Amino acid sequence: MMTLSEVVTMVGRVDRVELTQWIEAGWVMPERPEPEEPRFSDLDIARVCLICDLRHDLAVEEETMPLVLSLLDQIYVLRRQVNALTAAIRQQPDDVRQAILDLLEQPRRRGGSLG
Amino acid sequence: MNDDLYATIGVSRDASQEDIKRAYRKLAKELHPDLNPDKPDVAERFKKITAAYDILSDPEKRGRYDRGEIDASGQERPQYRYYRDFAEDPAAGRYYSREGFGDEEQLHDFLEGLFGRGGRGSRVRARGADVSYTLPISFLEAAKGAKKRVTMGDGRTIDLTIPPGVHDRQMLRLKGQGMPGFDGGPPGDAYVEVHIQPHPFFERKDHNVHLDLPITLTEAVLGGKVEVPTIDSPVTMTVPKGSNTGTVLRLRGRGIVDQRSGQRGDQYVRLQVVLPETPDPELEAFARRWAETHAYDPRADLRRPS
Repeated sequence: MMTLSEVVTMVGRVDRVELTQWIEAGWVMPERPEPEEPRFSDLDIARVCLICDLRHDLAVEEETMPLVLSLLDQIYVLRRQVNALTAAIRQQPDDVRQAILDLLEQPRRRGGSLG
Repeated sequence: MNDDLYATIGVSRDASQEDIKRAYRKLAKELHPDLNPDKPDVAERFKKITAAYDILSDPEKRGRYDRGEIDASGQERPQYRYYRDFAEDPAAGRYYSREGFGDEEQLHDFLEGLFGRGGRGSRVRARGADVSYTLPISFLEAAKGAKKRVTMGDGRTIDLTIPPGVHDRQMLRLKGQGMPGFDGGPPGDAYVEVHIQPHPFFERKDHNVHLDLPITLTEAVLGGKVEVPTIDSPVTMTVPKGSNTGTVLRLRGRGIVDQRSGQRGDQYVRLQVVLPETPDPELEAFARRWAETHAYDPRADLRRPS
């Protein structure tokens, strides 16, 4: 866990003022959010780096950031769900997995000739 | 790592700082690992373009690179782990609940939707499967449109409308005629691929109809009115005097309707001079007499060196 100053030093692309604004906007939610002495986990630091990339390198506008972060967060939620589902399917017997595979691979059934 | 940094970003050596920035942003939007959680291999490329950009975006470092004083090695940013490496940990849930996604709750709702657990009445409603069929139709049914009564795979009979101008292998969609849905879900669709059978004398090219029309020797020499079949009723066409085998006449607007524009194509009639089926002594005598004073060479072209 790192303090705000440590994060600023380590990341090197954001200052205290900006990082504090990101926390206030809810873009970054330190694992220990005490306003006086917030502490950042590796997850939070990776997110700070991502926001630096988006804001500074990719020039995403400040007012667009909530949209971008929201979409990204939704993608990661969906990925977790797909992964959970995949793990559950992997543990099924062969015939169940095959039945699921058949359904996914053949969304359209062959109905033969009408004439 | 001695790659050409300009090539890495995809700009020429004389690119302006602004060009470099623009090129980098474009690539980074495409290749940022956190924007591509499905593609593990973009991280390596992203690292390279970022390292290249770190040098080229700084005019002083760029100058030293151009003079060969530094190369790309050792210039990479301190390697941090990407957000995507953490984003699927349970701890990341606090970022999702911010969006009103209760984390564990969210997964629970998702499973409920899948398996109808929890007794909230959310059974598994699912759309039925689509079914595809093939349907042979005649040339004229395709050209003019038709209604066809067909029996679906499950025994139901439906009246299928074939629009005029349908083309070979075109897929007709019958909404809701596929497999039934589950638990109140909507049925799937039926897709019917039409296979157009060839016609004994009409041939189709796009929206035009082509036909070989046999004519008599007399009609060819003297001209005259002949009856020509079209995809509708036969029409009367004037054969000009002195027509020959291979002469092509056009019947405007007698072709097939273009589904997009609504315009009809044309019918092209290619004339074929046909002698009487049984040899005729009178015609032979005439031909012999006529040829004595009317020699002509229809094969001159074949002897011309190409």
